[in-house]
Amino acid sequence: MSGKSARKGFLGGHLVAWGYALIIVGPMFWILSNSFKRQIDILMGTGFATPILDNYRTLLFSRQSDFLMNLWNSALVGVVSTVIVLVIATLAAFTVVRLEPPKWATFLLLGWALVFHMLPTLTFVGSWYVMFSNLGLHGTYTAVILTHIVHALPQTVFLMVGFLLNIPNDLIQAARMDGCSYGQVFRRIVLPLSFGGMAAAGALAFIQSWSDFAIALNLTDQDTMTAPVAIATFAQEHQIRYGEMASASVLSMVPALILILFGQRYVVRGLMAGAVK
Amino acid sequence: MSATTAQRRNRIWRYGSLLPAALLLIVLTIYPVFNLVGLSLSDVEWIDGRADTSFTGLDNFEQLFQHEPVYWAGVRNTIVFAVCAVTAQMIFGFAMALAARRASGFGRVALTTIFLMPIVIPPIVIGAMWRLLLGRDFGAVNTLLGYVGLGPVDFLGNPDVALASVIMVDIWHWTPFVFLLMLTGLESLDDEVFEAARFDVKTNWQELRYVTIPLMIPTILITAGLRIVLTFKVFDEVYLLTAGGPGTATEVINFSIYRTFFAQDRVGVGSAMSLLTLVAVAVLIVAVNLVIRARRKAKEIAE
Repeated sequence: MSGKSARKGFLGGHLVAWGYALIIVGPMFWILSNSFKRQIDILMGTGFATPILDNYRTLLFSRQSDFLMNLWNSALVGVVSTVIVLVIATLAAFTVVRLEPPKWATFLLLGWALVFHMLPTLTFVGSWYVMFSNLGLHGTYTAVILTHIVHALPQTVFLMVGFLLNIPNDLIQAARMDGCSYGQVFRRIVLPLSFGGMAAAGALAFIQSWSDFAIALNLTDQDTMTAPVAIATFAQEHQIRYGEMASASVLSMVPALILILFGQRYVVRGLMAGAVK
Repeated sequence: MSATTAQRRNRIWRYGSLLPAALLLIVLTIYPVFNLVGLSLSDVEWIDGRADTSFTGLDNFEQLFQHEPVYWAGVRNTIVFAVCAVTAQMIFGFAMALAARRASGFGRVALTTIFLMPIVIPPIVIGAMWRLLLGRDFGAVNTLLGYVGLGPVDFLGNPDVALASVIMVDIWHWTPFVFLLMLTGLESLDDEVFEAARFDVKTNWQELRYVTIPLMIPTILITAGLRIVLTFKVFDEVYLLTAGGPGTATEVINFSIYRTFFAQDRVGVGSAMSLLTLVAVAVLIVAVNLVIRARRKAKEIAE
């Protein structure tokens, strides 16, 4: 191919990719602008109105709205389940990768984790609902946190397996020669070397928990309701509160946006590793 | 510390480190499947917030196969959904990755940032967003169509276009993901192959047809398989955009399960639906994995 046609294709490619980028960003700006509009302006389709903060004020501080609590619930569930799943997954991944557990154990663990990861979450939610109700745990943080942990577990294990494979085996062998037990190897060598991987896997586990709707919808009650469930209730009321729905959506996007702005490298690495393995 | 205590400690560590993960998976993913089997064979009443089950044999399955047309409409829609959405995502994603592969520097980072957005923001937000955009009387899309003299189209309320609208939202949502996977795949290809093929291929089209696509087949298969299986998870956007309606126009499997189990409180039938879906998708997952693995093996032998 000649240099000229290559350059032409190059330019065309840019146009296509940036065109699609515009299609992604456009709706986001639209919802952002709607979050600063009065309901009447949204319903009239007014393109530009003087921005007001009423929606945010009503959403966060009015007495009829629990959204601040919903955000807190989402954050609490997200942080706790992420920390726990990281510990559990890193421990398991280290053993799978370096301590040569029986083949059948690895196969069963990773194989079933993969299948569970891909199965529709809703096929499990009903069963969980009955289990937690029978234990008197329906609507508790415990129920949501436990299910979010297991929901993120397969992906976190796969990611950590990938990252731990990068730690040279020689390093671990050398430490074993020096008389370190497995536990010491884990604490002194594996943990310090896998912070990057844990950051990537943790970021994705948090996003998964923060975004979850299918589980939280059915396992939370009024007091433990998370932000996505609250957003869905705005849409179901007789008079849909579009302004508040928009501002709640904008607030729910913040953690994800922060992560891609400041941890893009980690998020991309995690996403790609999770998808290809 | 004597050698034997050290050895015992190591043995405890080896099994103990796998224990939490194994326990979680057994209690919260394997037991629930057996629980579903039990529930699907029972009639369930709620007494003081606890499930009271009585064995009814295959009644629930008979109900499911004979008297639940809504679920089967959902099965049909989900399959249409998966085929259409994934085909479009693969074509758009691959085409854009081909186009953008030589981009670099600032443009590259900015593009990646923007393309990551739909993947990481909560799906329910995507539902809310498109509900605002696709509204019949005030949605921005209809306003734009109005400028060119078209519409208004009742995207979410007209049974003939509702499913297409929801599929379109899914394409918007997941094309960037396919794009990023394809881009990674393209960039991992060996430049020397393209150099070597330069004398044999005359046009860009030939290069694509005889060099790029054959080399990309593994990535394409994995991505398509992954997307098809994951499309069976679709729920959040449908919940907010159309709630399965109008009629059964956008009913999907997960929404049927949710409605039966939770909104209608028919735990037995809901469990039968969950179990049937679970087994069917599990078979699909295994099949996809086998295809990918066979392909990989064939390739290894060929090399």
